[in-house]
Amino acid sequence: MLALELSFWQLTAIKTVIVLSLIPAGAVILGYVFLLKMMAHMQSRMGPMEPGGFHGWFQLVGDGIKFIQKEDIIPAEADRRVFALAPVVVLISTFLLYIVVPAGPDLVVQNLDVGIFYALAVSSLGVIGVLMAGWASANKFSLLGSLRAAGQLIAYELPLVLAVVGVVIQAETMSLQGIVGAQADGEILGIGWIGNPFILTQFVGFVIFIAAAQAELTQTPFDMPVAESELVAGYMTEYSGFRFLFFFMAEFGTAAALSAIAATLYLGGWYQPFVTGDLANIVGPLVLGAKVMLVAFLIFWMRFTFPRFREDQLQTFAWKYLIPLSLINILVTGVLKVVL
Amino acid sequence: MSRLSSTDTGAAAATEEPTAEDILRRNLLETFTAELGDAVVGSEILRRDLWIRVRPDAWKRAAQVARSLDFDYFCFLSGLDWLPHTWPNPKVEAMASPSGADEDDPAALPADDPEPEAAAEPVADGLRTGVAGGDTRFQVFARLYSVTRRSGVTFKADLDEDDPRVETWSDVYAGADWHERETWEMYGFRFDGHPNLIKLYLPGEFEGFPMRKDFPLLAREVKPWPGLVDVEPMPEGPSGPLSGSEQPAGNGAAAEETEEAGPERPPEREAQG
Amino acid sequence: MAVTEHQRLSYIASQAADARLNVELQTEEMTINLGPQHPATHGTLRLVARLDGEQVVSADVICGYMHRGYEKLTEVRTFPQVTTLINRIDWLSSFANEVPFILAAEDLMEIEAPPRAQYIRTILFELSRIANVSLFIGEMGVQLGALTPVFFAFRDREYVLNLIEAATGGRFHPNYDRIGGVKDDLPKGWIAETRATMDRLRGYCDELEDLLMGNEIFEARTRGVGVIPAAVGLNYGLSGANIRASGIDWDLRRDEWSPLAWKDLDWKVWTHPDGDSFARYWVRLQETREATRMVDQMLDGLPAGPIQAKVPRIIKVPAGESWVHTENPLGEMGYYVVSQGGLGPFRCKIRPASFNNISIVPWLLKGVYVPDIITILASLYFILGDIDK
Repeated sequence: MLALELSFWQLTAIKTVIVLSLIPAGAVILGYVFLLKMMAHMQSRMGPMEPGGFHGWFQLVGDGIKFIQKEDIIPAEADRRVFALAPVVVLISTFLLYIVVPAGPDLVVQNLDVGIFYALAVSSLGVIGVLMAGWASANKFSLLGSLRAAGQLIAYELPLVLAVVGVVIQAETMSLQGIVGAQADGEILGIGWIGNPFILTQFVGFVIFIAAAQAELTQTPFDMPVAESELVAGYMTEYSGFRFLFFFMAEFGTAAALSAIAATLYLGGWYQPFVTGDLANIVGPLVLGAKVMLVAFLIFWMRFTFPRFREDQLQTFAWKYLIPLSLINILVTGVLKVVL
Repeated sequence: MSRLSSTDTGAAAATEEPTAEDILRRNLLETFTAELGDAVVGSEILRRDLWIRVRPDAWKRAAQVARSLDFDYFCFLSGLDWLPHTWPNPKVEAMASPSGADEDDPAALPADDPEPEAAAEPVADGLRTGVAGGDTRFQVFARLYSVTRRSGVTFKADLDEDDPRVETWSDVYAGADWHERETWEMYGFRFDGHPNLIKLYLPGEFEGFPMRKDFPLLAREVKPWPGLVDVEPMPEGPSGPLSGSEQPAGNGAAAEETEEAGPERPPEREAQG
Repeated sequence: MAVTEHQRLSYIASQAADARLNVELQTEEMTINLGPQHPATHGTLRLVARLDGEQVVSADVICGYMHRGYEKLTEVRTFPQVTTLINRIDWLSSFANEVPFILAAEDLMEIEAPPRAQYIRTILFELSRIANVSLFIGEMGVQLGALTPVFFAFRDREYVLNLIEAATGGRFHPNYDRIGGVKDDLPKGWIAETRATMDRLRGYCDELEDLLMGNEIFEARTRGVGVIPAAVGLNYGLSGANIRASGIDWDLRRDEWSPLAWKDLDWKVWTHPDGDSFARYWVRLQETREATRMVDQMLDGLPAGPIQAKVPRIIKVPAGESWVHTENPLGEMGYYVVSQGGLGPFRCKIRPASFNNISIVPWLLKGVYVPDIITILASLYFILGDIDK
């Protein structure tokens, strides 16, 4: 696409810089639009209005600067190295997620053949970070929170994976770029020009994926680990300053990444009908961005409306409802794929 | 529809007919007296309410009897200390009001004081005790209510001044647990048999029993009671915003007239300057 | 509507199974401390719980962090000065705290306030009930994780607080009741404003009934949690919506004589047979709606006339003892006033509602999960000033 030849290392460096700036950018955009503004309007208030002049757009950026310059407090009894490492582990798992998400026909950091498999595997690394945070904090509430988180995150990995299996069966490939292609080239009842977003056939899978993603992000109704009215902030209680910033960015960065993956799997990713070739490389990120906002809207809307599940109810929901449902979904998809 | 407060309240009460509730209370009193026998040393049915004073050794039995008579709702339990105030009393300080414009002649106050009709029985050491009588400085009192009968009863018992103790009610009424803890820390009454008689409100190191009348209220020691008119005089000098134009409000200040009525306002409301 | 027997049994069975498992595994118990600074406790209440995993083995409630010594303070004040003090016992429904005390003083003085004053008192009493309980309806959502209803609660409650401020001068601490009547008459336009606000509050109750009470997650979190049998509740002295949610049909507004205007109204006492947290929430929601209807009726029937009886300028209450209790938003609140003819009370025993309501918590929390502690505390609904006076 570009006129000049870049060596592999230069290309990798550029891609790394782009992804590293995408994480805080995505976190800030998602956080501002949904957490601050949308939540505020749903609660009949305004949200930030002052910082930056126009509807307080600078709020989160200012918060980020504030967090960076704060004192670095580590509890006296905490395990220092593990305490310091925990947010980094979570952030790394977020970073690794962005590698496979395509934003255009050529705009992907690395188009792995096992794209979605890799993404799901890497997203579960965050659990280790959460456990490390809770243990190293030397705080009973944090420990309770992180143990709840471990149970919850592992339990909801399964529906997440099984929901995706339906998509993979239908697309016949695990590469995310290939899945977008399959949706782009597909047909609905013979009409070819609109493509075939998998949400139409995999709507059950979409619902399961969104629910499981909600749980993976520890958002209400699955936010027992961070249950504010009980555990103050769960496993993040003892974190302040830039370490908390890492957790915050990781949480919203993962939200953006999982929304992007959901958009890619079910809504068609960067594909826009009638836009092909080089133009797709420019329009693609915008289209993907719009779809990400749509999915994130759903996720955050659920967050602000529902109360939270109790831990055992949460586990029951995952094991007794979501997993059997996703297994049925796989069965039906497989049968229909062979038959049709 | 309003009546003035009158000094002879006894006459008004005597001419009322007994209502159904009063009959209920009389029956309850009879039942209690029958069950408790000579443990009942005083009783009163007054103002739609029933008071029964029992001997301190029958305190728990009174609770059990009440429980068996369907008084299953535990309202509260607390203590009374009949020693007169030892700190500056509002009544006394009123005579030294800074404004000096009292309508009532201060010297005439004690004589005008309305005596209660049957309530106060002065006892040997000058204590005036309350409804259903009392012989000692300390009394423990508790209230129970029956949801089915829609009627309540207040029990009282005199306690020894040097060692005020009585049996606990906490195994008859579970709610008495906290009330007895509070009464213990505020008055020093011991409740025998209470599982955990420790402080409830006050920090562990607090010494003394604050609600006793001989426990001084330090706020009043530090700053004496401001008196009937709780306001500071206006600044007098030329720099004062209202210099010379307003008097410090006394009780003789004109009450604001409204269309509805000419109510007598309680004193401190007039101190608007 | 009720918790099915199956649900109840399965909950008990799951707890028993956990208990057995923990005994076999010989796990250690952990002690956690909720409070005094904690988002879940409304104020400085401390709960020390010994946990076995996620289940409470024993719990202890430590109150007194806000004890202000009101009973001693009332002894050094004149009767009119005490109302300023007792406004602050239950600060969310502050007018309701003044009323029983003033009624007790009037009882001793044998004064009756004129009918208009009684009506105004009752209207403001019910408005404080609405202000208090409408907050609870939203705020229970926050305890369970639903962030949005509480903002609706604050938004719609503002209108009620504005009404109270317009009539009395104070949003939170009106200090409006006087021995013999009320301080001022209602301002012009207040009645129309109140009618509009009551309509709005009814809309709010309907909205919350849909949004929160109808939510399956809310039901799953509250049904069967913290069941209080009626006999145990009465034994502890639970009052108000807490005991009505256990099926006891008892409301002091209906069952106890009072000079206030309730006897002239046509209203209903709401009870629920279950006794769990959902029942307590449900009863309070219905009561709030009922209170709006009562206010409407009172506005229709507001008599004209004076608002204060003739009382002497310096109020000296004759000697005697009087106990007056009313159905306050949190439960049964009463004052036992002992007067010896002076300017102030000789002894004023304050019987707040939340004190008894919370004394049941150590008994109630045995064997519940940690998240259910929050649900139970939230559903019992206490105000710290009420516990600690």
